[in-house]
Formats: sequence, C-alpha cells, structure tokens
Amino acid sequence: MIKVLEPGLFSTIQDLGRKGYRDKGVPLSGAMDSHSAALANTLVGNPEGAAVMETTMTGPKLQFDGETVFAITGGSGSLMLNGEEIQPVRAYKAKRGDILDMGRSNNGLRAYLAVRKGFRTVEVLGSRSWYVPLTPSSHLKKGDILPVEVYSGELPKSRRVPKPVDFSKKRLKACKGPEFTLLSTQQQRQLKTGIFTVAKENNRMACQLNENLLPHEMSILTSATLPGTVQLTPAGKMIILMRDAQTTGGYPRILQLEEEAICLLAQKHTGEEIMFSF
Amino acid sequence: MDKFKLEYKSFGDHALLIQWPRLVDESILTDIISFNELIKQQLDVQETVPAYNSLLLIFDTETVLAKMIKEVNNLYKGHYKSDPVERKRWQIPVCYDTEFGIDLEDFAFQKKLSVEDVIKLHTEPVYTIYAIGFLPGFMYLGGLNKTLHHPRRKEPRLKIPRGSVGIGGEQTGVYPQESPGGWNIIGNSPIRIFNPENQPPCGVNVGDQVQFYSIDKPTHELFTIQVESGIFQLKTLELND
Repeated sequence: MIKVLEPGLFSTIQDLGRKGYRDKGVPLSGAMDSHSAALANTLVGNPEGAAVMETTMTGPKLQFDGETVFAITGGSGSLMLNGEEIQPVRAYKAKRGDILDMGRSNNGLRAYLAVRKGFRTVEVLGSRSWYVPLTPSSHLKKGDILPVEVYSGELPKSRRVPKPVDFSKKRLKACKGPEFTLLSTQQQRQLKTGIFTVAKENNRMACQLNENLLPHEMSILTSATLPGTVQLTPAGKMIILMRDAQTTGGYPRILQLEEEAICLLAQKHTGEEIMFSF
Repeated sequence: MDKFKLEYKSFGDHALLIQWPRLVDESILTDIISFNELIKQQLDVQETVPAYNSLLLIFDTETVLAKMIKEVNNLYKGHYKSDPVERKRWQIPVCYDTEFGIDLEDFAFQKKLSVEDVIKLHTEPVYTIYAIGFLPGFMYLGGLNKTLHHPRRKEPRLKIPRGSVGIGGEQTGVYPQESPGGWNIIGNSPIRIFNPENQPPCGVNVGDQVQFYSIDKPTHELFTIQVESGIFQLKTLELND
C-alpha cells in the first residue's frame, strides 16, 4: 500500500483508458501523456498499460507501506526519497516506511509514477482510470490509501528505454479534421502560421487557447469527437479536447492531433506557446 | 429504401467518419444503426459512435484510409440484405412534482400554458435517441413538441441532481448524473439510465425510442427504492423496423 501524506495539486490514477463505451457517452480517459506513462511502466517492468499515478504541477508526498520498485517520468522537478535527491527516468527500490516527495515540476506539467505491478485501485468497465461518477474519487486526497502489491525482487535489468520527449517543443503534429475544408482561406492561414498560447482553462477534459481564429457561422449536427480533436466555437475560440472529454460535440472539428501531439500538449503549462503542423 | 450518398472523412490516423445527408431524420438514423451493426460484425473496428447523421469508426491500429473507405463502401452497397436491428421503446417514469420540477411553474407561466398542459405535451410524443454523449448515458432526444421549445436558462446551475428532466432549446432529456447544466428543470426520473455496476451499464442505444409517463411522488419514492435495490424493471416495447 501507499499512503498519501500530501495529495499534490491534482493527482489521479490512470491507465490507457476505458475502451468500448464511447457510444454510451463514456469518455476514454487514461494518462494525458500516454508516452511518459508507458515509459514509467517499462522502467519498472510492467506492461505499458498498467495503472500509474498522474500528477499535475505540484506532485504528492507519499509513504510506502511495503517494498516495491518505482520510477518517475514526464514533467518533474526535484524528486526526493527520504530527503535525498533521486533522478527521473530511472527505477528505484522502495522499502517500508520510505517517503517519496515528488515536489514541483520545472519542465512538463505532468509527471508519472509507476510502481511494480501497477496501482490496484478499483477497475470499472475495464479500466482503473479515475473519472467521476464511474470511479469513487476524482483526484487524490490527503490520507488516501492506494493498494499496491509488495514486490521484493530485484530492479528490472536496465534495458533500452526510449528517450524521454523534449517538452519544450512547440510543434503539434495534426491531421485535417472533418470540417477543415469549411474554413476560409484566411482561417486556414491563421491556423497554419499562428503561434498560440495555452489558456488557463486547461484540464483533463480540454485545453483552450488564448488566441482566436476569425469568427464563423458554420454548424454541424452533434457528432463524435476524439481526444485530440480541435474544435472551433462560433467566436473563433479553439478548444482542444483531451482524454476526459465528452464523446460527442456540436462544434466544427478543424484538426485532429496525433497521439504524440496530445502527449506533448498534456505537458504544456498555461501560457506556453504552441503551433500546429499539418 | 433508396440508399443514401455517403461521405467519408478522415479523422486522425485511427478513425474514419462516415456522414449521411445533413438532416435530423428517422430514415437516416435507421440506416446508420443497421449499417453500424453490419460494420461491427464484418470489420475489425475497436468501437463505433453513431450520432444524428454520422458514424465514427475507431480502429486499434493506424489505418490506410483509402483501403478502409473501399471496404466500407462495398459493405454499404450490399447492406439491405442484413437483418433488421432490434430497437426498443423505453417507458421512462417522470415525477413532475414541483419539488423536482423546480422550473416547471415558471416554465408553464412563460409558455402561457397550465402545468397540466406542459406535462401532457411532454408525455405525448415518442422521442427518438439521436445520440448519446455529453455525459455517460445522456440521450439526445428528437421529437419535442414545438410548443415546448424554450431557451436555456441564462445562468446555468452548478449542480443539477441525477435524474432531472429538462428542456433546453429544441431538446429535452434526462441528466444521467449530477452535473452543471442550463436546462429548465421540469421533473425527475428515479431510473438510472447509466449504471457502471450493471452489465451492460447502459441498456439504451442510439436509434431506440423513449416515452415519458407521469408518476406521483409516492411512486417516485417507491421506484427510487426499487432502483437502489436493483429490482426495478424498466418497461420496454420491442419495435420491428
């Protein structure tokens, strides 16, 4: 078990999401930066889709109740195990009573903590990803106890792990969305050449941008959306849907981010610049 | 039935969007639903999302679009030989007591109707589920009587209780869980349209029909207890295409 001494700003348990219920309106959910989550799992010898902890900006302070192996990836700052600094993207052993302080990130927005065999919180509709009202809690709270299996084995042999991504990259790779062709030439140019910044309205459901395209009067009948869909509101505001987004929407879908771009955007702080490349 | 002209749109490298003519229309929805069943049987799709005039196919792996469009199109050409899809009409109990329908009296006043008229006009039609989205189990219903069309509230409420029945614009629906919302609340249904503890968690499908019937407060209380203890059975009619 792991005890939550301090919950951090917004920490959740995530796997690769809840597949198969989108026609009933159930969001996919899952790790915002799925690459970093998979990397953390690989480092501790888990399958890529094991449940990990996702933290946002300020990480939690946790106490291990038994032996395990853990690793931290994604956007992280100073990581402390029992008051001594440890490195990201590396597996460590933890023993009973050890205290892990994940601190405040100084590069990407979200860090991932994997423990051997994954977090064993409740599985609902095939996934352990936290999403209220399907799962009991929306984010970690002080005093929470997270089930984790004891693992006394050795650290996994260092195998070749992919290099972590550079979170300062600005370019988000995308494909044209179903309604891209409805955009005016001017709007298309804005989208192609514009530099946009991440608005403070960004969370697991959606990430808004501060700069608008020209307003429009296009409309569609409610239709399916995906994580990574860039929606355009009539006022010209862009809303990029993320992992917990609703499964249908009524705004034109002008771009669709590639998986790699969703992961990169998930690491952007409010105010950071992005560009679309399509 | 004539076949519709379909449009295919790429939607990222894992999904293909199929669009029917842009109309809110029963015959289009019926075509989408039966084609969706065929696709799920015949093609290697991870999941599909039907809504109004479109059907999204989501694949596990990257898909060569041109090849997939060809396969889908060939399938569409032959699909009227497929079996009709089983559709249901759900009878959903609603208590229109003003304890639940907190906007009902104001709504009736603004529409220059009596509360009884509102209830009658709301329970008369057979509604069609054109999409499920927004929240798990939230049904987008078509078929609201024009007399009841009414703008959303200017100030959305932060918390609307689960089961609330509302009217917003040209739409009516049931909030499947507590959520913020801007619709005018006229009643409450004790049933749970989406329950993650059930398998399947949500019995209603896009293409099904819904009819509301009025219940009094004691019945609402009784049904609530029956729903909580898992013994409540929703009444349905089987429909044949």
